[in-house]
Amino acid sequence: MMYETIQYTVQNGVATLELSRPDKLNAFNSQMICEIITVVKEASKDKQVRCLVFTGAGRGFCSGQDLADVDENMDHGQVLREQYGPMMKQLMSFEKPIVAAVNGIAAGAGFSLALACDFRLASEKANFLNAFINIGLIPDSGNLYFLQNLVGYAKAAELSILGEKISAEKAFQLGLVTKVISTQTWESEVVQFSEYLANLPTKAIGLIKRNLKLANHLSFDSYLEKEAEGQRIAGLTNDHQEGVQAFVEKRKPIFIGN
Amino acid sequence: MSKPFEFIEVYSRDGVGVIILNRPKQLNALNRKLVSEIVTAMERFDQNDEVISILITGKGRAFSAGADIDEMSSNNPVQLELLNQFADWDRLALIKKPIIGAVKGFVFGGGFELALCCDILIAANGTQFSFPEVNLGVMPGAGGTQRLTKLVGRAKALEWIWTGDRIQVEEALAVGIVNRIVSEELLTEEAMKFAIKLAKQPPLALRLIKDSVNKAVDYSLYEGMQYERKNFYLLFSSQDQKEGMQAFIEKRKPQFKGE
Repeated sequence: MMYETIQYTVQNGVATLELSRPDKLNAFNSQMICEIITVVKEASKDKQVRCLVFTGAGRGFCSGQDLADVDENMDHGQVLREQYGPMMKQLMSFEKPIVAAVNGIAAGAGFSLALACDFRLASEKANFLNAFINIGLIPDSGNLYFLQNLVGYAKAAELSILGEKISAEKAFQLGLVTKVISTQTWESEVVQFSEYLANLPTKAIGLIKRNLKLANHLSFDSYLEKEAEGQRIAGLTNDHQEGVQAFVEKRKPIFIGN
Repeated sequence: MSKPFEFIEVYSRDGVGVIILNRPKQLNALNRKLVSEIVTAMERFDQNDEVISILITGKGRAFSAGADIDEMSSNNPVQLELLNQFADWDRLALIKKPIIGAVKGFVFGGGFELALCCDILIAANGTQFSFPEVNLGVMPGAGGTQRLTKLVGRAKALEWIWTGDRIQVEEALAVGIVNRIVSEELLTEEAMKFAIKLAKQPPLALRLIKDSVNKAVDYSLYEGMQYERKNFYLLFSSQDQKEGMQAFIEKRKPQFKGE
């Protein structure tokens, strides 16, 4: 299937979704959101896919909502309920590792998209900007939900209210970013990192993500029950058997993802 | 020998009678024969001394996406009256043994009504409930407006049945439609564990508890309490009561026989 606003490729277990409106710094429009939802659904079902990578074409990652589409008649709440919300829910229910390979500016909802991923790799040219306040809006697409979890209330308030641009290095210091990568090795390091993830026990990663999300809103006793469920499921996977077997045989395990 | 079922699979083990809806390609849409088979299987389990509790679940990704619309779209009221298809649903309400429903995916329309006929509901993560009948210009006909209202009250029942909106499993748990949410991977295992746990309880007590609790839904408190009392006295004529109390005094585990 062909897409107009994104490029989708699958190689060596890694699905790469490249936002592809480079003349607009890959700003979201409704078509792009639709295409992302479709592709993420497909990647979720595709057993060949064991890691999903978001990146941007050209010099930006994603500059957020295309302001050319915003006019006085827009019902901002409705746009979130019908477009951005479903996209974020699709990502949150994606039970494989997701990497944001942030090649350039990640602003507004583009920042939110990066925050929704499990890992953020930043090119040394990357910047993050919670731009909403600069046009009198609040961070959306799950932004504050993710941001507060990542950096705590105080830093989340600073980034959202002061609306200052954060460099890749600063983002790393804040704990927003897993690794800052030089432009020379950018592409190869992204591939290396994502292929490493794609060779891990995928089902266990999905269960880790599920439990991390539950931990925030369950009592400790309820959490422990969910943990037992998760470990029961992991304990039934081939990858668990393989891991134990490889350990006993003193060799490297070969995981198949389930 | 009874003739085999076409749309369900049935077996029993460890005191549990299991019914699996088996039209996965149609998301277990309920046609009339399927409902009739469910009721027949339930009634057989109800008469089977080996079975203490009943578990019902669906094959594939949905419990049941609702009634088979093709089957009824051209019916007129007189045909429906003469067919009297909902009589099967009345028989479902007469099953005396505990019914545990293990649901996942879509639980819509008739599938939701079937779920509401269960005594205990265990649901997988991500399960969605809904009464979408209104979107076809009709309404629930197999107890939906009655059972949901008695369960969650008038305000929520009207909202959901009027709009046809989907109820997420977390909300279903919060309002008391669902007893427990488990991971989808473990739905059958956990529901079976619960059914087996019930199957180890004294069967006559289980039966009269269900009978009494159901009366609480329809009776006044006073009438219900009189009814409860009679059932309480009745259990004192059982062997299980004597065994249960004797074992308690002797500090050992009771052996219940259902007598």
